[in-house]
Amino acid sequence: MARPSQLFRNLNAKIASIPMILTALIVFLGGTIWTIVHSFTNSKLLPRLNFVGLDQYDRLWSTPRWLISIENLLIFGSLSLVFSMVIGFLLAALLDQKIRFEDTFRTIFLYPFALSFIVTGLVWQWLLNPDFGLQGVVRSWGWESFTFDPLYDQDIVIYGILIAALWQGTGLVMCLMLAGLRGIDEDMWKAARVDGIPMWKTYLFIVIPMMRPVFVTALVIVASGIVRVYDLVVAQTGGGPGIASEVPAKYVINMMFEAQNLGQAFAASSMMLVTIAIILVPWAYLEFGGRQRRG
Amino acid sequence: MRYKLLTAALAAAVTLPFAAPAVATDLEVTHWWTSGGEAAAVSEFAKAFDATGNKWVDGAIAGGGPTARTVFVSRITGGDPMGATQFNHGRQAEELVEAGLMRDLTDIAERDGWKNIVNPPSLLDGCTLDGKIYCAPINIHSWQWLWLSNKAFEDAGVPVPKNWQEFVAAGPKLREAGKIPLALGGQPWQAAGAFQVLMVSLAGPEVFNKVHGDKDAELAGGPELKPVFDAAADAREMARGSNVQDWNQATNLVITGQAGGQIMGDWAQGEFQVAGQVAGKDYTCLPGLGVHDVIATGGDAFYFPVLKDAAQTEAQGVLASLMLKPEVQVAFNLKKGSLPVRGDVDLDSANDCMKKGLAILAAGKVVPSVEQLLNQDSVTQINDLMTEFFSGDMDPAEAQKRYAAIISSAD
Repeated sequence: MARPSQLFRNLNAKIASIPMILTALIVFLGGTIWTIVHSFTNSKLLPRLNFVGLDQYDRLWSTPRWLISIENLLIFGSLSLVFSMVIGFLLAALLDQKIRFEDTFRTIFLYPFALSFIVTGLVWQWLLNPDFGLQGVVRSWGWESFTFDPLYDQDIVIYGILIAALWQGTGLVMCLMLAGLRGIDEDMWKAARVDGIPMWKTYLFIVIPMMRPVFVTALVIVASGIVRVYDLVVAQTGGGPGIASEVPAKYVINMMFEAQNLGQAFAASSMMLVTIAIILVPWAYLEFGGRQRRG
Repeated sequence: MRYKLLTAALAAAVTLPFAAPAVATDLEVTHWWTSGGEAAAVSEFAKAFDATGNKWVDGAIAGGGPTARTVFVSRITGGDPMGATQFNHGRQAEELVEAGLMRDLTDIAERDGWKNIVNPPSLLDGCTLDGKIYCAPINIHSWQWLWLSNKAFEDAGVPVPKNWQEFVAAGPKLREAGKIPLALGGQPWQAAGAFQVLMVSLAGPEVFNKVHGDKDAELAGGPELKPVFDAAADAREMARGSNVQDWNQATNLVITGQAGGQIMGDWAQGEFQVAGQVAGKDYTCLPGLGVHDVIATGGDAFYFPVLKDAAQTEAQGVLASLMLKPEVQVAFNLKKGSLPVRGDVDLDSANDCMKKGLAILAAGKVVPSVEQLLNQDSVTQINDLMTEFFSGDMDPAEAQKRYAAIISSAD
């Protein structure tokens, strides 16, 4: 008796969400399935359904360019996450100390986030240029043997890209953390002070666990930016020197249009999806599956 | 009755202006010619097209061929085609033609007799499908040139080399004089181009045709090609320190005497021209690296995506026909440094190096370009291998093995 009325409860809301449901199903889900299906074909420039089994994946995992790009993504991703969270939180904690000109500092730290990745990449390419950038300037001050040339060194070029990405994205993490800190009750701080707990312990053991939702939000935003990193690499190093700063998204785009090999590109993007799923699925189960059992 | 004549005269006076030539149409033309010399050349086409009453809307895209072609392909397949676009001779647009996304130019080709004037005829083969022609070839560019800065060798106290081996020998002296022996830009296509120049010049045209045309992987991995990979290792050593990206930045190093030489196609001539340098006096050119006098007949062709608008399609036809007219061919190619596709035009005012190129072309010592023999997938794989090789420490034997693997999987 109760069943039918449950379906028609909130009917207006359900009807209003039909476009979004259709978009999610057709565009996201449908597009994903189409891509995965075509990754088993040998499509060149235009999609065709000549199935070739796992050939594209075989080729993908024996291509040095792809292996390097996965390695770069792992290094860049883990360091970017750790550093942007740590630096973002530190900046937010410092800003929260009721200082003067807090608005000015906040604006300055958030400004780089307003720049596109292309501008960020170009600016940092110039800053890290050995002749005209940082190295050149410090050398002109007298330190002749100062070397800071990450963009032309194959082993550390990914760290040059990391610097640019952190400069651009830390501002946003800082603002999120600041909002989270401001949401902590005044009485918390007073109680901790009364109990005689040192400041750093208060932050580490009381405040951060209370800010868990904010950390999760910041994590999702930073993580989605990491997987998508493409225009920063194109603007800053063009994938170079050689193929040392390749990233998976750039491999996919290059395969699609430059190499005119859709099958390879789709295989690469399916692998990117699998990687993300491997990380997300256990986390989602822990996060949401656990609660249901407890409830 | 009395006014019949007057009415007829009035009507005629009103309709006559409408019999005038077609209205001016805007046509968006995309290309990747962004260096000084290239821009000067493409403006010749723009001027000629504007003179027909239409309007050339320039769509230059920076970053080199591969970057620009990414934009072209995504626009055409995405349903936002431009009026005309540049591609290289060969297989770059083959799938777009097969999918029917390119306009058929056979009527214009037959009217203007392209089959008789385009030399070598293989330039039209790359865009001919089922007997229909889909592109307008506009120039012949060859990769097989070594450009040397007379000033750099003077500063180093070494005579200007006459072939590749002498150039390699002069390398250490150039380094001592503070020059970069070989200028090489960082974009992958430049390293790959330098490599295939080494191959055709040092190993010879038959080997080149067998490896790229017949996809002979055994030959590619065999002893005939070992000296080529060793020469590539020499080139790599000589190119260390050239921290530039674009090809014209590397040419600029040669023009200003900071580098000894550059392996680059004859489109570099445009840069020397714009800088006011004179062939033989300020710079020297060695076709085929001074070893095997052979040039590849690569170059550019314009393709015309299918458009729905009739006026624009008409304008496309006008542009296509215009690009192969003798005056336009001469004007464009002299500025660009390339050879005209028409065998019947006179390039008296061409400089020394262009004359060398014309002589080699007339003697028929040509090979097809890599883009005409391999599809973009294989070309990109070779680009990746070569850029990895030139920017790292890969062993030449290892590079040869991987190269043979790419050739064996090419189609």
